[in-house]
Amino acid sequence: METLWFILVALMLVAYVVLDGFDLGAGVISPFVARNHDERRLVLRAIGPVWDGNEVWLIAAGGALFFAFPLLYASSFSGFYLPLMIVLWLLMLRGIGIELRSHVDQPLWWSFFDFLFAMSSLLLAIFFGAAIGNVIRGVPLNADGYFFEPLWTNFRVGINPGILDWYTVLIGLLAIVTLTAHGAHYIALKTTGVVNERTHRMASRAWVLLVLLTILSLVATVYVRPQVTDNFRLRPWGWIIPLVVVGSLVAMPLFIRKAHDFAAFLASTGYVIAMLGGVAFAMYPVMLPATTDPSYSLTIYNAKTGDYSLGVGLIWWTIGIALAIVYFTFVYRSFKGKVTLSESDGY
Amino acid sequence: MDSALVIHRLHFAFTITYHYLFPQLTMGLAPLIVIFKTLSLWKRDERYNKAARFWGKIFAINFLFGVITGIPMEFQFGTNWAKFSQYAGGVIATALAMEGVFAFFLESSFLGIFLFGEKRFGQKVHWLAAFMVFAGSWISGFFIIVTDAWMQHPVGYELAADGTAHLNSFSSLLLNEWALWQYLHNMSGAVITGSFAMAATGAYYVLSRTEDYYGRLFLQLGVIVAAAASFLQLFPTGDRQGKLITEHQPVTLAAMEGLFRTEAGAPIVLVGQPDVDHQKLDNPIYVPKALSFLTYRHWEAQVKGLEEFPRDQWPDNLPLLYYSYHIMVGLGTIFILVTFTALFLLWRKRLFNSRWMLWILMLSFPFPYIANTAGWITAEVGRQPWLVYGLLRTQQGYSMNVSAGNGLFTLIGFMGMYTVLSILFIILIWREVAHGPDFLKS
Repeated sequence: METLWFILVALMLVAYVVLDGFDLGAGVISPFVARNHDERRLVLRAIGPVWDGNEVWLIAAGGALFFAFPLLYASSFSGFYLPLMIVLWLLMLRGIGIELRSHVDQPLWWSFFDFLFAMSSLLLAIFFGAAIGNVIRGVPLNADGYFFEPLWTNFRVGINPGILDWYTVLIGLLAIVTLTAHGAHYIALKTTGVVNERTHRMASRAWVLLVLLTILSLVATVYVRPQVTDNFRLRPWGWIIPLVVVGSLVAMPLFIRKAHDFAAFLASTGYVIAMLGGVAFAMYPVMLPATTDPSYSLTIYNAKTGDYSLGVGLIWWTIGIALAIVYFTFVYRSFKGKVTLSESDGY
Repeated sequence: MDSALVIHRLHFAFTITYHYLFPQLTMGLAPLIVIFKTLSLWKRDERYNKAARFWGKIFAINFLFGVITGIPMEFQFGTNWAKFSQYAGGVIATALAMEGVFAFFLESSFLGIFLFGEKRFGQKVHWLAAFMVFAGSWISGFFIIVTDAWMQHPVGYELAADGTAHLNSFSSLLLNEWALWQYLHNMSGAVITGSFAMAATGAYYVLSRTEDYYGRLFLQLGVIVAAAASFLQLFPTGDRQGKLITEHQPVTLAAMEGLFRTEAGAPIVLVGQPDVDHQKLDNPIYVPKALSFLTYRHWEAQVKGLEEFPRDQWPDNLPLLYYSYHIMVGLGTIFILVTFTALFLLWRKRLFNSRWMLWILMLSFPFPYIANTAGWITAEVGRQPWLVYGLLRTQQGYSMNVSAGNGLFTLIGFMGMYTVLSILFIILIWREVAHGPDFLKS
């Protein structure tokens, strides 16, 4: 049961990164691919009807984590206190950056909100990457299952690391490049003309960095936490994950060169799923490793709630997510196709 | 009192109070927008559509501010109240997680269609989108109330070996009697905020002679709905809440009323200042025997005073509880007087020419916000010193690994952020109201 909920929570987080990832990426690339008022409006129209729904996956995943593993939720959210609060502020700034821009017809007003949108998207990508880095590297948990991490200590991975050290910053950079490529693929899919061409160039450049950083981060991860290879030995079927990573990395530039924008978007989606799936696969059954004493690590066994609640949860979760998938299918089908500036309302 | 505890309490109190300024309007406006959309389909009158679109814009701005100030709420249980989350997560997180999958997906998906899809998908889909957004916002409210009701009146749980609460009855959690009355009371409060905002906007348009047709339309719907909701707020929802408090939190009832001594035929105090040190009420103006009657339907019934309870069971901020309760009840009474007078004038076809009444309606829209906020302060301060009533004290629930300094850092950050948000909000809403419903392109 706890394994099932581990998978479900991981799935919701992956759904969040795949979906909100492309609109975060759109924010990161918007200053470069969209250079004037109309082009920026195109980018906003491409993500406008969907970004809020995408972000709900983060809230829903947070809720599911709280529900299934209360101790992990309590420990990690209080231990990562400062970066989490910064993430919340960035999410707020990003929300108003997207939604308030079109309310006033004034170039200075537009510039201000363009800046908010791009800057908050970029910083969020770093923080989300660093968060994954922290979870892989481990945190200084005590015997009660709690810790408190400052933003930085000496930038080394040790017993008492900070949120930002060389490893988590590296994963943060990988996250930026991943979402840049993912966002570029999405914007390419939704646009035509000059914006479309620029996103192709952006995606090609990001791809080179993505390959380099993927290799580098893989080596670093094995160095920082050698235990990540254990599950690949125990469960050899897991080798399918690195195959998907390599496959999608190879596919991306091929599709971009042929302007198969949807296929390229699927390739970066596959990359995101495989990378995050790989993290979950390698960590299982640990959810938050301790740098202090391995026995303090939070696992699916010591952090879970009662079995009754998890069992009932399966029923309502299945119904709720089935409904959510129906809504999402409806919304994405409704707004499918290239965006234009012809309709009068919205952004 | 440990200062980290104070900071974490202020942190949650500040962010939740600010947040709830927005959902109370969106939850209150949503059914009114559905009414306009329904009227436009039924009577085939484009003007109802313009009205729906105008309030849709106001709704959208509020919804955005509600969403972005709501994101921190879901996370703050863990960041600032970790021990509470560990203790109660096995029960309340069921409600919070259900809110995510049943309400937020619904709202966020259909809001985009409501705002951008009218021309593309036609009127019927647009009506459906309006209805779904309404349903989503009301479902969301329900799960939040279920969470709070469990903290007020825990049901359907058992204590596990490690001392944390685990759910053992899903139906008891969702059908908690406390949750059902609190939900109705809260939603009717939200409708009061929404309908007062509509009536006030209508009064402004009629008084300023800028949008006479829409001014009258907003006044009609606003006043009728406000009168109905104001009445429901008192009876049965407020009355039943009071009964539940009498039964399950008698010490809270005594503190709310400022009743220090046990009395038969206890009076209800309208105005007065509690002096906790000397355990008396200064300068009371009261109605004799009314409290006994309202709580037990019997003029001579005995009502327990604070003296019956050990001091460590008393709500720890008694004056705040006393004042917030009296402000809520006082304003609620005034709402009934104002809306029924306006309703009478509307019925006699004299409302639109009664400038004095229009002035009152125009200026009254802030007061439902105050009443709703005061009501929530009553509920939450009244629950003290407990975080989960009778089970977990507030001082046992905060994040002991987060120091007061770190807590204050982010509290100040939120205050700064919300100051900026407030300025933007006022600018944007004022622009929409000044433009009026007819300014929008059809």
